Amino acid sequence: MNCQEAQDLLHAYLDGELDVIKDVAMTQHLQVCQACAQAYNAQHQLRSALHTHTLTFAPPAHLQQRIRSAVRQASAAGLPPRAWSWRWLGVGVAAAAVGLILWRLVLVGSGLTTEDLLTQEILSGHVRSLMAQHLTDVTSSDQHTVKPWFDGKLAFSPPVKDLAGSGFPLVGGRLDYLDRQPVAALVYQRRQHVINVFSWPSAHDTAARAQRLTRQGYTLMHWVSGGMVYWAVSNLNPHEFQEFVHLMQSQAAMPSSPSEHRPAGQ
Amino acid sequence: MRISSSVQEQRRQAHSTLERFEHTVLLHLDAAYNLARWLTRNDHDAEDVVQEAYLRAWKFFSGFHGGDSRPWLLTIVRRTCYTWLQQNRAHELVTAFDEEHHSLESADSNPETLLLQRLNAEVLRQALDALPVEFREVVVLREMEGLSYKDIAAITDVPQGTVMSRLARARKRLQQWLAAHTQGDRH
Repeated sequence: MNCQEAQDLLHAYLDGELDVIKDVAMTQHLQVCQACAQAYNAQHQLRSALHTHTLTFAPPAHLQQRIRSAVRQASAAGLPPRAWSWRWLGVGVAAAAVGLILWRLVLVGSGLTTEDLLTQEILSGHVRSLMAQHLTDVTSSDQHTVKPWFDGKLAFSPPVKDLAGSGFPLVGGRLDYLDRQPVAALVYQRRQHVINVFSWPSAHDTAARAQRLTRQGYTLMHWVSGGMVYWAVSNLNPHEFQEFVHLMQSQAAMPSSPSEHRPAGQ
Repeated sequence: MRISSSVQEQRRQAHSTLERFEHTVLLHLDAAYNLARWLTRNDHDAEDVVQEAYLRAWKFFSGFHGGDSRPWLLTIVRRTCYTWLQQNRAHELVTAFDEEHHSLESADSNPETLLLQRLNAEVLRQALDALPVEFREVVVLREMEGLSYKDIAAITDVPQGTVMSRLARARKRLQQWLAAHTQGDRH
């Protein structure tokens, strides 16, 4: 075996994928050729490192149950196809109704606040925007394109700032519906992380400092400034997310256009 | 109200299929999640993708006739991941494609020697994360799941020779990345 052949088969040898004859030839070659032996050792070293450390991600504890019930639900609905009947649909509807009632009871009983519900709504809005290929209605990195787009669609004019200079380019904007009203959603990006910023006029004029929440692996921050409520949500790491919110706050504090209204009084 | 015997029979069958599914396919949740997590690089996305993959697996389960259910499930998980990436982060797939046809490394360059004591799980994870998705998946399937070239070829839908060359390139890149990031003070 020559060095070219040995180099070609190095990985198959390392992975134990060679047939006996080639495997033996390779072992013999590595005993006599220092360059190939060195290449093999480097690979072996990497392999050992990958095996020494735990690199696998373990599923969260709730996932198995979540999947089990999803599959059971699917099986109740769809398998075997002939067993499907109106009778079962009726059972399903009844179960759904009972579920809804229970859910309401749980909500009342668990003392979930309006903020908890709003948090859920914001989070769903964010996740939905990532899933349904409906991230933006107007796609532009230019704040002067995005801001006018909202005119006539909302009863207020959301402040739109491009933070590309700080590493958070504006992707675009879209309309969303939260807290029983249409709201503005601005979409920013850092690397592959999407940041949704929802904003709408505050019912109260008091400014509020930013508060942070973590839900299902997402970070949410909300604050009130300039008479507007802001909710930002992303799976970006907390450090960079905080930086983004600071930028948003300092930018929003500066009057960007005459249409941006200020609080009447504190 | 009497349920006819044929309906009862169908329900029994459905139930036993479900049990068989849970006893074979659901067993591989760890492997399924690990692959999805490495391909999507996000906890939450991985959960959604795995659930979607399991629903697909359930749909196709009647077409699964014994054998090793782990590669079978991982094929579905991988496809679900790619569909998800296509819809949400198409640029990651494009990068991977370009890079595969634009090989940077020369075959004769000296292998990098790694300072083992400087390697920890965190650094290794970063190195793997930095790989294009098509390289990352072969490393995960080979080094973490211990699958054969044959199984990896079936899962990733490429010939075994391609599995080998992708592994070779992936490892070369890992070594270069690790050498650059753990021995920076030397240069």
